[in-house]
This record gives sequence, structure tokens and C-alpha cells, in this order.
Amino acid sequence: MDNLLSITTFLPSIAALILTLFLRGNDDAANRNAKFAALFATIATFVTSLFILFGFDPDDVGFQFVEEGEWLFGLKYKMGVDGISVLFVMLTTFIMPLVILASWNVHTRVKEYMIAFLVLETLMLGVFMALDLILFYLFFEAGLIPMFLIIGIWGGKDRIYASFKFFLYTFLGSVLMLVAMVGMYIDAGTTDIERLLRHPFSFEPFNIFGFHVVGGLQTMMWLAFFASFAVKMPMWPVHTWLPDAHVQAPTAGSVVLASILLKMGGYGFLRFSLPMFPIGSEIMAPLVLWMSAIAIVYTSLVALVQEDMKKLIAYSSVAHMGFVTMGIFTFNQQGLDGAIFQMLSHGFISGALFLCVGVIYDRQKTREIDAYGGLVNRMPAYALIFMLFTMANVGLPGTSGFIGEFLTLVAVFQENTWVALVATSGVIFSAAYALWLYRRVVFGDLIKESLTSIQDMSRRERMIFAPLIAATIAFGIYPAPILDIIGPSVQALLEERNAALDHAFVVTQWALN
Amino acid sequence: MIYSDLYVILPEILLSVFALVALIAVVYAGKDQRASLLLWVSTGMLLAVTAFIGIVGSGTHVAFNSLFVDDAFSRFAKILILASAAVILLMSESFMAKHDLLRFEYPILIVLAAVGMMIMVSAADLMTLYMGLELQSLSLYIVAALRRDSVRATEAGLKYFVLGALSSGLFLFGASLVYGYAGTTQFAGIIETTRDQELSLGLLFGLIFVISGLAFKVSAVPFHMWTPDVYEGSPTPVTAFFSTAPKVAAIGLFARVLHDAFGGAIADWRQVIALLSVLSMFLGSIAAIGQTDIKRLMAYSSIAHMGYALMGLAAGTQLGIEALLVYMVIYVTMSIGTFAFILTMERDGQPITDISALKLIANSDPLKALSMLILLFSLAGVPPMLGFFGKFYVLKSAYEAGLIWLAIAGVVASVIGAYYYLRIVFLMYFGDDVNEELETRGTPILTAIVVVCAAVMVLGIVNLFGIDGAASVAAEILIR
Repeated sequence: MDNLLSITTFLPSIAALILTLFLRGNDDAANRNAKFAALFATIATFVTSLFILFGFDPDDVGFQFVEEGEWLFGLKYKMGVDGISVLFVMLTTFIMPLVILASWNVHTRVKEYMIAFLVLETLMLGVFMALDLILFYLFFEAGLIPMFLIIGIWGGKDRIYASFKFFLYTFLGSVLMLVAMVGMYIDAGTTDIERLLRHPFSFEPFNIFGFHVVGGLQTMMWLAFFASFAVKMPMWPVHTWLPDAHVQAPTAGSVVLASILLKMGGYGFLRFSLPMFPIGSEIMAPLVLWMSAIAIVYTSLVALVQEDMKKLIAYSSVAHMGFVTMGIFTFNQQGLDGAIFQMLSHGFISGALFLCVGVIYDRQKTREIDAYGGLVNRMPAYALIFMLFTMANVGLPGTSGFIGEFLTLVAVFQENTWVALVATSGVIFSAAYALWLYRRVVFGDLIKESLTSIQDMSRRERMIFAPLIAATIAFGIYPAPILDIIGPSVQALLEERNAALDHAFVVTQWALN
Repeated sequence: MIYSDLYVILPEILLSVFALVALIAVVYAGKDQRASLLLWVSTGMLLAVTAFIGIVGSGTHVAFNSLFVDDAFSRFAKILILASAAVILLMSESFMAKHDLLRFEYPILIVLAAVGMMIMVSAADLMTLYMGLELQSLSLYIVAALRRDSVRATEAGLKYFVLGALSSGLFLFGASLVYGYAGTTQFAGIIETTRDQELSLGLLFGLIFVISGLAFKVSAVPFHMWTPDVYEGSPTPVTAFFSTAPKVAAIGLFARVLHDAFGGAIADWRQVIALLSVLSMFLGSIAAIGQTDIKRLMAYSSIAHMGYALMGLAAGTQLGIEALLVYMVIYVTMSIGTFAFILTMERDGQPITDISALKLIANSDPLKALSMLILLFSLAGVPPMLGFFGKFYVLKSAYEAGLIWLAIAGVVASVIGAYYYLRIVFLMYFGDDVNEELETRGTPILTAIVVVCAAVMVLGIVNLFGIDGAASVAAEILIR
């Protein structure tokens, strides 16, 4: 199995191609076939990805399962995974079958819908596996096209505004990264990420328009990458596309967006910004730490006053991504471990929360919090599941949400106590909005006329949640399997970074003398 | 001696003789009734000459006391020009016949224009260049006004003629200054005078006027005003032709003049070209936003695309020329696909070019809508379509040449440009209710061209069929 990664990546696309070419008709039978074909394809992808996981050797900090081939214009087709990326691959293949299952109620243009999601899966997997700069960019950007269509075609009332905003916002962020990538290509003479990781980019300070740029090229490159990843993440203050996109996207689209697409930003920081521009990262770290702290507190407060459930959860996502960026830019083992863990756990939890909203939206066709109340009387199973994920979202010990937040807070405490103080207060706000949401939707008497005949969750819906519940609790109680995989790679990354910083320090001292 | 010279221009001779013989033959054999047949024969002839150049051509040959040169660069451009002209003739048949525009002059004029373009990209002397330019332009003026009884088309033709004549005047004035100060009209002589010393003021003025004249032909801002009106007023197949072959010829000529004749003064013209490039990219992207007619939109789109192509030229390096050539190939393919789609748009037998007519055609014609989606994202430069690689390549060449600001401006403009391409996608896939159904049936040829061009945009990223290699050889010739 030399090209296991390519097989995993392109399996969903091949399924999409088969659907495009061979599935005809628009009747119920064709729709059902499309759904089952997509489900089958995503499960098959998950199974193939298990081979990657079981074949993965955590102690080897280099890239594994590497495939290499020539491509256009001197670029390379190169794929590989290491301890940082392998779990994101797993997250993607794990979430996708659930996403397809959650779309069972779609009735318009089912075939195209499934094709869009299958293509999207390929592109997301490609992002986490690509080991060539331009190949990475290709997957990273191409994901915008299916997502644009998903929001635009199957979205809510204001879908046009949301889809355009989503596309143009992220596109603008990314093109600056493209220029930086071109610069890296020219500077290092290669687009091979493995070699770029070892290439020392210049940090000689220079002046642009009279501004003295400390850290020189590294800082500029770092900023260009930051423009892209910060939008993708999203970080305050460039997060405003996310609530719109989430609210208008169909449930499955929201789940993919929250669970996987947002992780690309964090992954990008870990793969590019930190190891390739250590000096730039060091210089910019305080900025990121404070932006993250502000994001955590500010978006939590904004979440408090939301009337739309999806919007509330979207803002809570921004807050949780704040923990991720904070953890990454502490540059210590706990911080990075915590950030990766937080991203994975947020993948389960926020995905599940959007699914929870989807469950009642399917029944009532509204996401207004005021339209609900007292659901526990008619939907006990739903109330239980929703409670579990609300608690996980708050970061209750025993759920996976706790581990990530705790690790990143410990890490930032060592680095910058004030940021830690602000961020920790955000945890309290997050408890406030999450519990308040839960109280307003689930508790109280069932007085709304429209809710009197609402049905509890069907077996299909419970089936979707079962794996998410298992993952959230299992990794909350016993996080070691995840930390064992990411630990060695993170340690190696940090050692490289510290060596680069020491070297830079020596060089600067030498220059001063 | 003369025979070897004639052999060098054999493709041009073949096509010219064909055009003249065909003209006489058709006049005697039934005029417009034979137009359809003539169109097919011309297509075949163009393709045959394309194949001839592709297979037989090799090495560098200079003819007629270095008035004319046949090298890898000119062959690359010629193949692109002839192939696109042939495909466009193929595309036009049904449309022209349907709207009573299929005159026998049409294919002959296209062939003559193609001959002019071939001379343009092969010119090694300002006079040869001018002859090619005029042969091309005069043929195009007539083709633009082919719909004689339409005010719009006549206006388009007239506007094109007046402004084209002005640009030719500018070019000639520049050429005369260059002749005066360099003492020769041959590129090889001009480059000798410009290589070692600073450009004299007269030569610099000459250079600027030559650039202005050429900028008209590639419709770079601020010499772009004719483009939207001519695009809108001409019959759609003619518009398709305008946006492909003449652009290739003009860009090729641009590269040839700047490198072959003024290769020693790169620093002098780089800033001018960079400015033309950045203005074209931004104006093309911003002005297209408000358009409601898809042909006008494509006009602005082509202005923006010429801006990107000029970015490769501004780099002034071998990589820049290579990127420019690859970009032109990709651009021409995208344009042909898009225009083939526009040709299929009609309602009650009348051609429709209103963008809002595209509402929800994804429901009625999913195949073409999907192809168009791919083409539009490719035009916008969104990966994984081939259009992205074109942009990436010119960006790389500009960055490498130190024009980082130009690269940044280029990507920002591409984001602005993405908006109007997205708007078409939005109308096709999730616009509101349809008032009147748009028919996009088209002929099998048009459908095939749309689908093939879209497929190339996707499959091209796996393998570019050796185009990058050929472009690299062509670029190497130009940079010595």
C-alpha cells in the first residue's frame, strides 16, 4: 500500500465522479441511491484511514506514508502525515459519515448535494496531507468552491449574502498567503514542505516605506500567512463571516465548517507559521496571545445576547478557537498539545451542537431560541444528549473539552499571566451562555403551542450522536491515546524552533559585537 | 537564397494564396451559398497549417535580410493563433447561419487576419511588424461590422476603426522616432544601440509611443475604451475571435518588440508595463462588477486578464515570458469555452446576452452549467482550476523579478474580480425564480467545445501536455 494517502484522499472524489456520471433521474429512488452511495463512500474512506492510524508510528517524528511525484512547473505532488496532521485526517474521515447521515432529510438536488460533500471531503483531507506548498494551497482554496455552493444552494434565507461573504473574505485572506508562498518558493528554491521546514528564512531587519520591520522577511511572511489562517480560524476581529455562514448553511454544512474547516487555520499555524518562521512567530506572539484573549472574552459576551441558536454556537466556536491560537503561540509542549487537543475535541463537540440544533430545526423550521422551551418534557433523550454537549462545550472535567482548555490555560499561565487571567474569565462567560441557552431551550414548562406534538429523536439521529458521545467522554477521561500521538511530533517541532531561536540570538549578538 | 527565404514564410504564403484563390473561386461559384463549405475548408486549412508548423518547424531561420524570423517563440504563438482561429470558425458556423450573417467574406477575412497575426509575431523589423499589424487590423475592422444593417455593429466597427487607426498612428510615430534615433528599423540593429548606453531621449519617446500603440491592441488600460463597445456590438463569434487570437498576437508582438528590440533597456520599460498591468487588472476587475451584459463583462474580464499577462512581460525575464505564454494558452482556452457557452444562450431563437437570463440554468441544463462553473472559477483564478496555475506562474515571475508590489496588487485585484464571476455562478445555481426560460441547447459542436474546455481546466492540472516545456523553449529564444 504505497499510496494509501492518495487512495484515502481521492476515494470520496471517485465516488462523486461515479455519482455524476452514472446516477440518473430525480425521483426518490435516485435520491436514496445517492445518499447510500455517499454514506458508503465516506465509511469506506474512514475504514481506509484506519489503516493510516494503525500503521502510524508515533515515535517517528518525520513524515510517514510519504508519496512523491513530479507535477507541473517544477512543483511536486507530495503527500505525507506526521503526528500533527494524522489526527486531523482521522477527524475528517470520522465526521464525514455522520454529516452524510445528518443530511438524510435533504430533498432538493440530493445528488449534487452529496457530490459537493464528497468533493469537499477530498479537499479537506488533501489539506492535512499535502507536503507541497502549492498543493496545500490548492486544496486549501479549492474547498471554498463546494462550501460556497453548499451555503448558496441549500442554505437559509440570507444565503446569498453569507456565501459571498464567506468566499470573498477567505479568498482575500488566502491570496496574500499565495504571494508569500511564491516568495518562499523563490527564496528556498523548492516547494517541498519537508525541505522548507529546514530552510532558514532570513530575519535581517529592513525598512518598508520608512517602517522598520523587525525580523525582516520572516515577519512579512508570517503576516501574510497570518492573514489567511486568522480569517480561516477565525480570530477576532476577522471572524464576522463565520456567524453568517453558520446561520445560513444547512446543518451538515455547519457541522463540516465547525468541525473540520476551522481546524485548517490552526493546522496551518502549526505546519507553516511556527516552524518555518520561528523568529516572526516569536515577534508576533504577544499580539496573537492578546487577540486570542480578547476573542475569548468578547465573543463569549456576544454569544450571551444571541437569539439564534446557530449564531450563538458560532460565536462560541470563535471563543474556543481563541484557546487554540493562544495555546499555539505559547510555544511550549502543553500549549501545543492543548491546542491540537482542543481542535479535535471542538471538532466533536461543536459538530454535535450544530447537529443538536439541526434536530429541532428539522422539526420546527426555526432556530430562534424564543420559539423553544420545555423540550425536556417531550424529548428526554434529546435533553440528555444536548446537556452532555453543552457541558462539554463549557469544559466540564470528564469531557474532552476540559483537557484542551486546561492545557492551553496552563501553558499560557507560564508565558503571560495577564493573558491567562483574561482568558480564564472567558471560561466563566462560556459557562454562562451555554447553560443559559440550555435552560431556555430545554427546561421550563412546555407552553408553546407549536411544541406540544414534537417528537423525540429517531433511531437514525441517535445513531449519529452515539460515536460523538463516545469520543467526547472517552477522550475526556483518558486523553493519552491522542496525546501520545501528537506528543513526539510537537516536541520535535519545538526543539527545532528553539534551536533556530538560539541560533538567531547568537547571530544577532555576534552582529552587535 | 530566395528559395530558402520563401521556405521560411511558407505557412504565410500557403494561407495567403488559399485566401485569394478561395475569394476568386467563391465569387464565381455562388457567393454566400458556398459560405458554409468555405468555412469548413478554411477551418481545415488553418488546422493543416497549424499541424505543418507544429511538425515541420524547428530551429531559428531569418529571412529577407532579417525582416522576418521564424523561431520557437513565433511558432508557439502561431500555433495558438491558428488553432484558436480554427476553433472559432468551427463555433461560428451555426450562429452565423442562423442569423443570416454567414457571408463568404467572413472565413476569408478571418484567414487573412490570421496571416497578419502570424507576420506580427514573426516580425524582426518595425516595417514588417507594421504590415502584419495593419493586415490584421483591417480584416478585423470589417469583421466587427459584419452585421451591416445593425446600428450597433456599425458603430462598433467604426469605433474600432477610428481608435485602431489612432493606435496605428501612435505606433508609426514611435517607430519613426526609433528609426530616427537608432538609424535602423531592424530589431537586431535597434538592440545594438540600446544595449550598451543609456537610451537617448528620442529613443525613449519612440519606445513609449510604440508601447502605447501596442497597448491599444492588447486593450490594456488606459487604452482600453474601445473594448467593451466593440465586444458588445460585434456578432458573438466575432467577439470570441477578438478575445483570443488577436490578443495572443498582440501580446506576442509586445514581447518580441520589447525583448528583441529593446532588450537592453528593460529598466526603462519595466515600470511602464507594470503600470499598464496594474491599471488593467484593477479597472478590468472593478468595472466588470456593474455589467449586465455578459459580452461586456467578458470584455472587462479580458482587460483584467491582459493585465495578468502583462505582469509576466513586466518581469522582463525568461520565466516571465514563459509564464506569459502559458497564461495566454490557458486564457484562450477559457475564453473559447466561455464564448461557446454564450453562443448557446438564446430565447425564442434570438441570442441573449443578458446575465440575468442565466438564472437557474443549472436546473435546465446541468452539464453546461457545471462546465461554465468550472470555467468561471478558472477565470477567477481559484484553484484547483488551471486558471490558478496561470496566475501562479505570472505571480512567481513578477516576484522573482523583484516586482513584489505588482504581485500583491495582482492578487488583490483577483479577489475583486472573483466577485463578478461568483455572481454568474450564483445566478446559475441559486438565483431566484425564473421569469422566462432560457434555452441553451446549442449545437453538438458548441456543447462539445464548452465541455472540453472545462475538462481541460480540471485535467490540465495533472498534465499540461507539454505546453510548459514548449513555452520554456520559446521563451529561451527571446531572452538572449
